[in-house]
Amino acid sequence: MTRFAAAFAKPHPALVTFVTAGDGDTAAILDALIAGGADVIELGMPFTDPMADGPAIQAANLRSFAAGTTTADILTIAKGFRTRHPDVPLVLMGYANPMTRRGADWFAAACKEAGVDGIICVDIPFEEDDSLGSELRAAGVDQIRLATPTTDAARLPAVLDGAGGFLYYVSVAGITGLQQAAQASIEEAVARLRTQTDLPIAVGFGVRTPEQAAQIARVADGVVVGSALVELVAQHGADAPRHIETFTRSLAAAIQGAKEIAA
Amino acid sequence: MSTQPNSFRSQPDERGHFGIFGGRFVAETLMPLVLDLEREYRAAQSDPAFAAEFDDLLTHYVGRPSPLYYAERLTEELRNDAPAGKGAQIWFKRDELNHTGAHKINNCIGQILLARRMGKTRIIAETGAGQHGVATATVCARFGLPCVIYMGARDMERQQPNVFRMKLLGAEVIGVESGARTLKDAMNEALRDWVANVHDTFYIIGTAAGPHPYPELVRDFQSVIGKEARAQLLDRTGRLPDLLVAAIGGGSNAIGLFHPFLDDPSVSMLGVEAAGHGLDKEHAASLAGGAPGILHGNRTYLLQNEDGQIDEAHSISAGLDYPGIGPEHAWLRDVGRVEYTSATDKEALDAFQLLCRTEGIIPALEPAHAIAAVTKVALEMDRDAIIIVNLCGRGDKDIFTVAEALGTQI
Repeated sequence: MTRFAAAFAKPHPALVTFVTAGDGDTAAILDALIAGGADVIELGMPFTDPMADGPAIQAANLRSFAAGTTTADILTIAKGFRTRHPDVPLVLMGYANPMTRRGADWFAAACKEAGVDGIICVDIPFEEDDSLGSELRAAGVDQIRLATPTTDAARLPAVLDGAGGFLYYVSVAGITGLQQAAQASIEEAVARLRTQTDLPIAVGFGVRTPEQAAQIARVADGVVVGSALVELVAQHGADAPRHIETFTRSLAAAIQGAKEIAA
Repeated sequence: MSTQPNSFRSQPDERGHFGIFGGRFVAETLMPLVLDLEREYRAAQSDPAFAAEFDDLLTHYVGRPSPLYYAERLTEELRNDAPAGKGAQIWFKRDELNHTGAHKINNCIGQILLARRMGKTRIIAETGAGQHGVATATVCARFGLPCVIYMGARDMERQQPNVFRMKLLGAEVIGVESGARTLKDAMNEALRDWVANVHDTFYIIGTAAGPHPYPELVRDFQSVIGKEARAQLLDRTGRLPDLLVAAIGGGSNAIGLFHPFLDDPSVSMLGVEAAGHGLDKEHAASLAGGAPGILHGNRTYLLQNEDGQIDEAHSISAGLDYPGIGPEHAWLRDVGRVEYTSATDKEALDAFQLLCRTEGIIPALEPAHAIAAVTKVALEMDRDAIIIVNLCGRGDKDIFTVAEALGTQI
């Protein structure tokens, strides 16, 4: 069983957590996420021009660059995580240019070697899949695709073709960390996606509180939380891991409780 | 690299690729919109009413055709330094005389007509020097649509007159504080707005870049420049030019001049990037100093480091201060059809003053870069050779920047 399959086979929906690599003591932050109960880790690759991100993750990218973070540093962080947490799925999330700068084959091989299970590339739609997708698949690294409120029935099969790991439903047309979608629209979307794929479906964008996470957990296989965690790094600096663990624990408890109520 | 195509004018392919460049590198949320835009553009292309409305507005609102002018005094001035028999004739395509003072309005007219066809009710745009912002605000006022312009906070400081113009025209101007606070950051912020307002908003991109079909449609709308220049010179002299010269930031004025001539083998073309403080220092010459990469919806040459992080560009000209270039230029460079060179801030300033004194024309700092290149190449060409330079903007907006650079208080 792959790490993704195992993570989504747990008796509760998966808590998928995002933090930006190189923003603070990332190794300690990742360990805090795991200690708090995160099931899947998304590690953000900072980019100078994060046009799909809101203010929280933009600021995290700037802090990471101020600390001098390079692609090599990010891969080192990934390798260290893989050594300490052999069973937890690790996803690198970011933008096309840093991923393809040295060639898609180089990046796919580097991910494989670092123990990265999957990639989310924000700005490579399936129309441009030959820029990265075939190399990832050849290396055995899953390409996690994004479905959005604007992904209509005609597009969805092509979005799913070549997708792996899980399907990430971006619940709002917008950027990260701002408004959350109405619960009814999330339920409708997840139901629609389920008729088209057997991949687990994780829902994200704008999920900031345990209550919101619990609501989504009633219908989805996973809940993605990012900006709210990144803001804790901004707020607490070196003290962030402790706060992140506490917050993650509250998210995990809410998600696990949600399923019990639903059952 | 690429094999020689039968025509240089048949790009892009159906996926929006110019060779390896171009494409549609956008978030999934935007992809359906980009496809809608392409469908609507194809429909507009085969609709004579669209072309008729576009042409009518260009004639009666923009003031086209713009003159083709023989710059006799500049030609003679340069001949003073030329070897015997050398010193080409310099002609200007005077797009600085358009309504709003630059070539940008040609594209804005075309795009707002597309926005109306698509039933969009809100317009957004990014701007660097402010010329595209002013042109967008202008067409929004003309068609009664609300308009939001994203502009780097640093550009707002150095282009105050244009900020005020946009506000007079009823636009909301939002200063962008991220990054270097220039054009690239304004484009990021416009994309963020667009992705959050996909249902009602049309993004009028100002240069021949971005996701397909923008590079193609901006080129097509700007090609009026080259079509007119071709007909005007044939009418006046009975011949084609020997060389076309234009400044390049994203490259819309250059592609607009070049494209109608691409299949005329006797016509050489020279694009002039901004070399800023020098190519070994801070600059904005992405062909000279960049490498292929993916940014703002397309693959093209970018100023970037070895990790693919985008470098800050620098140019005295806010309109050229961008770390990328339109994908068609990247392709034309690689297939060898167009040559590219660069001019520094200092060279552009010298050319700016030269043009003021010899021709009574205050150019924008953008075409001043093209003039700077012409002052070199004209000396190597025969006296009967003809150069057309795209004078793509006027310099009223730049007088404060130029005064500061020359150490003059105004």
